[in-house]
Amino acid sequence: MENKKIRELEKKAKIVREGILDCIGIDKKGHLGGSMSSADLVTALYFYKMKINPKNADDPERDRFIFSKGHSVLAQYAALAELGYFPRSELKKTKELGSILQGHPEIRTPGIEANTGSLGQGLSIGVGMALAAKLDHKNYRIYVIVGDGELCEGQIWEAVTCANFYRLDNLVAILDKNQFQASGAIKERYDIGNIRAKFKAYGWKTWEIDGHNMTEIVAALDQTDQVKNSPCAIIAHTIKGKGVSFAENNYSFHNNSLTPEQYEQARKDIASIKV
Amino acid sequence: MKMENLREAYGKELLAVARMDERVVVLDADLCGSTMTIFMEKEMPERFFEMGIAEQNMVSVAAGLSLAGKIPFINSFSVFAAGQPYNQIRQGVALPNLNVRIVGSSCGLSDAGDGATHQSVEDIAIMRAIPNMTVIVPVDADETRQAVRASLRHQGPIYIRISRSSLPILTSHHTVFEIGKMHCLAEGSDITVFATGIMVFQALRAHEILKEKGISVRVVNVSTMKPLHLEEILKHIKGVKGIVTAEEHSIIGGLGSAIAETLCDRMIPIKIIGIKDQFGQSASTHEELLEYYGLTPQAIIKKVETLLE
Repeated sequence: MENKKIRELEKKAKIVREGILDCIGIDKKGHLGGSMSSADLVTALYFYKMKINPKNADDPERDRFIFSKGHSVLAQYAALAELGYFPRSELKKTKELGSILQGHPEIRTPGIEANTGSLGQGLSIGVGMALAAKLDHKNYRIYVIVGDGELCEGQIWEAVTCANFYRLDNLVAILDKNQFQASGAIKERYDIGNIRAKFKAYGWKTWEIDGHNMTEIVAALDQTDQVKNSPCAIIAHTIKGKGVSFAENNYSFHNNSLTPEQYEQARKDIASIKV
Repeated sequence: MKMENLREAYGKELLAVARMDERVVVLDADLCGSTMTIFMEKEMPERFFEMGIAEQNMVSVAAGLSLAGKIPFINSFSVFAAGQPYNQIRQGVALPNLNVRIVGSSCGLSDAGDGATHQSVEDIAIMRAIPNMTVIVPVDADETRQAVRASLRHQGPIYIRISRSSLPILTSHHTVFEIGKMHCLAEGSDITVFATGIMVFQALRAHEILKEKGISVRVVNVSTMKPLHLEEILKHIKGVKGIVTAEEHSIIGGLGSAIAETLCDRMIPIKIIGIKDQFGQSASTHEELLEYYGLTPQAIIKKVETLLE
């Protein structure tokens, strides 16, 4: 892909990160770390890969994105606002009583495809959509972002088995491998081992990329289009809190509030991202 | 009295509605020979999905199918269908109010031989407590067929609880099934018995015995456990001296609880018959277990007589 288009996507990723900060605000709790780590992946899906039309959000032919690690939905809200699914002003009302933007994804929000957030369920929901697409002879594709902490859920591996059994080549799982679970570093808390080998053993085609390198993300997503008879898994190495200096690789910002000073610093950090 | 197997009626009706409505798809967790989705597998294999013994995945896959416009029926024994994937049902299906039908087969004590692990005594309580969930317990094979058909016209998740046993046909063309409606199957004026599932038959037997003693008992089939409408209950308790409820389920959270919750500010005595906060166990026959747990016409007669003392 030409550099110009990559730069445009990087600009969108910056807008998404700004939107995440809009959602989090000052002295309100929010899942900063995981939203920031998945921001580039979400951007590539919404602004490059997926066939979607915000003006016809329910188009049966549209591609679907499911955020299985639903707590990171702030990145999705920011992308959906930028695409015009709802006004950007809604971002600041995230998690307020009566807001269309709940703490975790719900289908009542325009552009959200599934209720997730109870970890481990989103990939199975993606399997269901992929089966429906096959049944209806439709060409839409389903993208699911899962987290590395989430991979401890046994249901993930039920879904991994099922997707392979039904040869769901219209299903792409993207692992936001930010190396942290809520209570600390995965390698110190509960490490389930070689994830790529596990997906391979279950019959999936796999890629391993830098989840903040737009060129690599776009290339891997494009390659999944060519795969026949196997589901695809992209293991994206990411940094929890990416873009916010004090939150990077700091699990205490998994779900935390920002002081006015921290908020200002975060704004500056995002503003200084060169694109 | 004509007997018919509910599971078989369900399996055949499922195939019939799948032929009429292309949105219908069927998922089973390795129990298709018991749940009788085998008819579907044989006749329409492209719309039957073997999901392996992985009920959690099955429910969330059904959520995905539903979000893509299908009406999935997921099948297992009631203890597994309502128990194993509870959180998947709650979060992924009920919260977004999806058109998933959760069919719990071999309900209550009806899988007599397999014992407590395979007998559901609390599934109604669990499913009833989930917002948006509709809970249906068909009384016989006819009502099972009607419930499957009615489910296609309903928006939102439904739990359908089906007995393993062959049961007498108690409904007729006078008792058209409609979600939320109750039907009186025997008239009476002293006491009203609200019963569900196999206990409706037990209540009708009690009705006959009591009639000989000069006691008039009204028997009402409650096949929709939720929603349970006050006005439906009130239709059947005018002038009676008390209410007995009867269910093949724990006394906690089932029909008795639901009736008592709905009538709690009315001055009418209520006696509840059900399994007394216990697990099931193995036995040679379903009837043996019904006897052991006090789910008999005699138990109903005793409660009726207590209320009339």
